[in-house]
Amino acid sequence: MSTEVKQTESLFSKKNRKLISDPFNDNNPITVQVLGICSALAITVKLEPAIVMSLSVVFVMAAGNVIISLIRNLIPNRIRIIVQLVVVASLVILVDQFLKAYAYDVSKQLSVFVGLIITNCIIMGRFEAFALANGPWKSFMDGIGNSIGYGVILIAVAFFRELLGSGALLGFQLIPDSWYITNGGFYANNGFFLFPPMALIVVGLIIWAQRAKNTKLIEEN
Amino acid sequence: MNVNSNGYTYTFATVMVVLVAVLLSGASLGLKSKQESNVKQEKMQSILASVGVEVNRDEAQAAYDEVITKVLTIKGGEVVSEDRETGFNVDMAKAIKSSNMEREVPLYVANKNGESFYIVPMRGKGLWGPVWGFVSLEEDGNTVVGANFGHKSETPGLGAEISTPMFTDQFPGKKISEAGIFQSISVVKQGTSSGDYAVDGISGGTITSNGVNDMLADCLAPYAEYFKNI
Repeated sequence: MSTEVKQTESLFSKKNRKLISDPFNDNNPITVQVLGICSALAITVKLEPAIVMSLSVVFVMAAGNVIISLIRNLIPNRIRIIVQLVVVASLVILVDQFLKAYAYDVSKQLSVFVGLIITNCIIMGRFEAFALANGPWKSFMDGIGNSIGYGVILIAVAFFRELLGSGALLGFQLIPDSWYITNGGFYANNGFFLFPPMALIVVGLIIWAQRAKNTKLIEEN
Repeated sequence: MNVNSNGYTYTFATVMVVLVAVLLSGASLGLKSKQESNVKQEKMQSILASVGVEVNRDEAQAAYDEVITKVLTIKGGEVVSEDRETGFNVDMAKAIKSSNMEREVPLYVANKNGESFYIVPMRGKGLWGPVWGFVSLEEDGNTVVGANFGHKSETPGLGAEISTPMFTDQFPGKKISEAGIFQSISVVKQGTSSGDYAVDGISGGTITSNGVNDMLADCLAPYAEYFKNI
């Protein structure tokens, strides 16, 4: 199966480690490739669903990449997109079923968005661009790297949205009750942060900050 | 072997579909009982919460059996069944489609510290999806003891606030009928509620608040006739 992988290359060689580290910064799926924005807007109102969503995507992407990579030489070229779709969809349904059985409360919060992992363009993108052409171990690393790169941004956005929109983190109230205007204080939650457009603005600010630091990403013109 | 020939493509697709079907139906069957018991326990939790009994999901069944003494099924003001399972299994989403006097709806009778309460299940429409809840009444079938609401996908921080104490704490002490005439409880603009028959809505969650308003009127009405005669 792994004919391309040189047996002498160690599992954590520099090249393999780059597969994991690249998507964090230089090639982040959300901030650089601008993929997976839809779910980044939808489930980042609170931190907890964002974390569970990230973990689900890590699982689906790593497992999916490995499966696709294992059967890459058996997949008929003409139906490869359908095969990829079947693999993601089955994995996502499995995740959904397990969440419903063992993490019921979280699965209620995520509701339809677990199903929407299927349409997450990052996953199909990695299957098509990477897993179809590389061995299982590399694909696994690539899957982990990209899904964590996605998850980190998701969690960062959710952090700001929950903190500024609800005055809480992971459901724990951080802003004291007495600060609120309704209780005679001076503070009010910013309701804007509860709406998807604000997530887009937060993502935009993150992209700005990232490009300011990492000048490699700035286009020539 | 030519992986791009028609024959191979068909074979591959067929084998893949069968394998995936077996895998997924296996997972679904294997996890079904656990999933269903989660849903059932959650429902018991909400029923109990409306009379102020807070339990973990694991303890819900035992507490439910202890606190809920009877489950009546009501139709047109008459009790049509006293079977616990029949009442518990009524699908409210279906029930609310028929008119007030036509529908068969459950009424839970609870006994807590020697006092008895009636618990009325409800279901209606919010902004993005269904909303539901349980309202508990004193023995007179008129004064509200507690209420809790759930929702499928209302906006967090706005409509979703209907399930927080900020909203539900307004209900205890409210009344649903005046001198035998059914009034329901209206959900009005925030800060304008007064009297026994209104509570404040959520500002910014107007459509959800209106949904709860309609749900209260719609789901309490079928019991009005029954409560009149107790």
